[in-house]
Amino acid sequence: MNTLIALSGLGLMTLFSEIFGFKKIIRPIILIGLLTALVFSVADWNTNQSLFNDMVLVDNYAVAFSTLLIGLTLLWFLLCNNLFFDPVTEVDHSALAVFALIGAVCMTMYSNMIMLFLGIEILSISLYVLAGADKTNLASNEAAIKYFLMGAFATGFLLFGIALTYGATGSFSLAAINTAVSNGPGPNMMMLTAGVLLLLIAMSFKVSAAPFHFWAPDVYQGAPTAVTAFMSTVVKTAAFAAFLRLFSTVFSSNTEVWSSTLWAIAALTILLGNIAAAAQENIKRMLAYSSVAHAGYMLLAILAMNQLAAGALFFYSVAYSLSSLLSFSILLIISQKTGSETISGFRGLFKSNPLLAVLTIVAMLSLAGIPPTAGFFAKYFVFTAALDAGYLGLVILAVAGSLIGVYYYFRPLMAVFTPSSDSQEFSVDKTTVFVLVLLAIASLALGISPRWLTALFS
Amino acid sequence: MLPLLSTLIFLPLLGGLITFFSGVNARKTALAVALVELALSLWVLLAHFVPTAGMQLVEDYWWVESLGISYKMGLDGISMALVLLTTVLVPLIILSAFGRDVKSPSLYFGLILLMQSALIGVFASLDGFLFYLFWELALIPIYLICLNWGGENRTRITLKFFIYTLFGSLLMLVAFIWMRAQTANQSFDIDQFYALKLSSDAQSWIFWALFLAFAIKMPVFPFHSWQPDTYTDAPTQGTMLLSGIMLKMGIYGVIRWMLPVLPIGVDTWGLLAASLAVAGIVYASLIAWVQKDFKRLIAYSSIAHVGMIAAAVFTLSTQGLLGSVVQMLSHGVNVVGLFLVADILLHRTGTRDLGQLGGIRSVAPAFATTFIIILLGAVALPLTNGFIGEFMLLSGIFRYNITLASLAGLSVIFGAVYMLRAYRIIMLGEQQSSSATFADLVWNEKAVLYTLVVLIFLFGVYPDPLIRLVGPSVEHLQEVITNAGAATLR
Repeated sequence: MNTLIALSGLGLMTLFSEIFGFKKIIRPIILIGLLTALVFSVADWNTNQSLFNDMVLVDNYAVAFSTLLIGLTLLWFLLCNNLFFDPVTEVDHSALAVFALIGAVCMTMYSNMIMLFLGIEILSISLYVLAGADKTNLASNEAAIKYFLMGAFATGFLLFGIALTYGATGSFSLAAINTAVSNGPGPNMMMLTAGVLLLLIAMSFKVSAAPFHFWAPDVYQGAPTAVTAFMSTVVKTAAFAAFLRLFSTVFSSNTEVWSSTLWAIAALTILLGNIAAAAQENIKRMLAYSSVAHAGYMLLAILAMNQLAAGALFFYSVAYSLSSLLSFSILLIISQKTGSETISGFRGLFKSNPLLAVLTIVAMLSLAGIPPTAGFFAKYFVFTAALDAGYLGLVILAVAGSLIGVYYYFRPLMAVFTPSSDSQEFSVDKTTVFVLVLLAIASLALGISPRWLTALFS
Repeated sequence: MLPLLSTLIFLPLLGGLITFFSGVNARKTALAVALVELALSLWVLLAHFVPTAGMQLVEDYWWVESLGISYKMGLDGISMALVLLTTVLVPLIILSAFGRDVKSPSLYFGLILLMQSALIGVFASLDGFLFYLFWELALIPIYLICLNWGGENRTRITLKFFIYTLFGSLLMLVAFIWMRAQTANQSFDIDQFYALKLSSDAQSWIFWALFLAFAIKMPVFPFHSWQPDTYTDAPTQGTMLLSGIMLKMGIYGVIRWMLPVLPIGVDTWGLLAASLAVAGIVYASLIAWVQKDFKRLIAYSSIAHVGMIAAAVFTLSTQGLLGSVVQMLSHGVNVVGLFLVADILLHRTGTRDLGQLGGIRSVAPAFATTFIIILLGAVALPLTNGFIGEFMLLSGIFRYNITLASLAGLSVIFGAVYMLRAYRIIMLGEQQSSSATFADLVWNEKAVLYTLVVLIFLFGVYPDPLIRLVGPSVEHLQEVITNAGAATLR
């Protein structure tokens, strides 16, 4: 509870800072606020409390994911300090990001459909605005509109799904729905099936799984890179946390209704994401499609739905977020220096800034899932969970998908070493370098000793 | 007491990291580390290793207990021999780059040491997951070496190399994960794998999954298409690492992780695998015959040599297995020498094209002499190291299948023909303008080549210590295979 209150307070304070004239110190305030929320969140470990008339259940699953989300937002703010914010809009954008985080945290700890809906909407509405943050840029405006329209669609599906489930089971509470579902097929069987499938589609929209992924590449590419980084880390993690929570607590006893559909969605997502990513010249778009592909791998954990699933999904979220934040930040720095978001921007990086080149290598290796990076163990855990649940065919498909992944992740990696005539040495400010190195070290440390995280869920 | 084996594995890693920051002294630092590592390995061999005692210097700790992954390391005669090969060759490989222009040397030599660390890790791992991990770790430094210091087409070629080998190793990982699920206590421990009694269907598919992984690395025909390009395009030290040591990972993988686990699979499919290997010998020998680029010629000859080793491994005979280990060492020594010769040719004359070389012997006698000795070792002349290994391999194959043996034997003759032809053109032949001013060997080239020559003769004349080191482990391995086969059938 403290976490949510602290975050909400922080959000409001950020908004008011302009009115009450303490705008100058807003950055430290946000950092301290997020740190406080982080501490509150960690303190909730093992408390397992139910709050707000059973609207929220703070179990360890929720604590782990919300701590991750707050930590990611903290790192994101540190990285964005000088790269994204400008003095005029800083306050608005910061406040929106904090509000988005509140929505994300709700999505990890809900125990009632209403809370899920609220969380998704708080998150999404903030993001629609953030996607259009670069007001003078046509692409950014397009991204915002597209995201808004598609998001509204998904919300429609979500509401229909919730309504039909309510109609079939008579409750919004996850626990009550679970009891009703596990009692076996009742008179409202059809209604429940339709509800589950609509929910599945809505969640697939939110995690950008194929064939509901069409918004993702355009929005990711059009939005300012910093916002894209936020979307691919915080938003994605929150969406998956909500997805797994919903299906594992509520619909685990009627898997036959939705598992074959999800199987097809996962297979399609892995294939489409990887193949489309391989064809991109623009790195940002490539990362957007790769984000779709990663969603496909993460769906394996939801499909597996065994005791390994939560741990595997959490590890994957951590690993993917670390390397994704790293690669988008590098891309942001490079595109600001060279004005190019294509692969040519990476040429000669090894000469012009060796540290950034090494960080690029770590990020790409982790995204491609090569040891000794966290990305490797992430894939390993997810694939093992799926194998344990008997999805051998899908795992083989996923392995093939990761091979395609190696192809496109290695293109920037190779470009780094390609000599370039016009590469000039440049430096990056200290805070950014510090955070980036921290992300890289975390990626490597988790790749060498994954035990630190896996212990949480066993 | 100090964990000796871990020290042996992680010393080069540490040395590599130090080398990254050593600036202009990179070569000397790297060489010093490699020499310390060599001394350490020799000390381990002489003071702490008993060839007859099975797995030694074992270190066994949990790493990720919930997944059955342990940090389990150990050496027997076979792995000790390969560790020694690595520790002997790496200093020579580093030394061979002295006096050559290398851009960002600290990174280059640091990566070579990282590679050494991973290679020793592969040879010492007794846990399937750990083995896979070191296997992949060895790939990254060599990939970066080829990518940043390679020739013209490196981007395309190295990517093909990487994806090819990664594909193989992922198959291996899937097979290992599946086998783990079948073990009694859900672990990747090699002893648990050895104790598995898999059905013959399971053994068949695992055989092919593992065979693909190892065959791509060696490479065995028809999975070799990455190899000639990569060998030719990689920088000399990269090629030496790939051919001298890294391809032995594949053969070692077959010996350690395939034969004892899949006796039925090997029995069913071994002949086919051996036939592929022999087909590769003939195919590669014929292509080597018509090569114009000397480095490419060695690359193809390497496919032929490795094919012979691979074929002998699948015979499961004492001579075949023993011969394969001996020949792995000999091939490592010879091929590093040959690639250094190719490097010297290119460095002095600017070309490796046989058509533009000739008459070098008269201006560079020391070079000519060492070249012919290494070459004779490679074509298995008696009293050289190549002969011992090749002889054992052939006699092993002969007892297994006469047709295969005669085809493989033919390739020995082919090998002599194309190698000597290359020597005739380059060293004798008509004096070409490019080679009139050919300077003879300088100190570091002498140091490397003379060391190799000593090794060639040493093991050619007196192979006994090597055989005593490897022999008991091979016999023990055969027992394991026989017992496993009998247990599965029962």
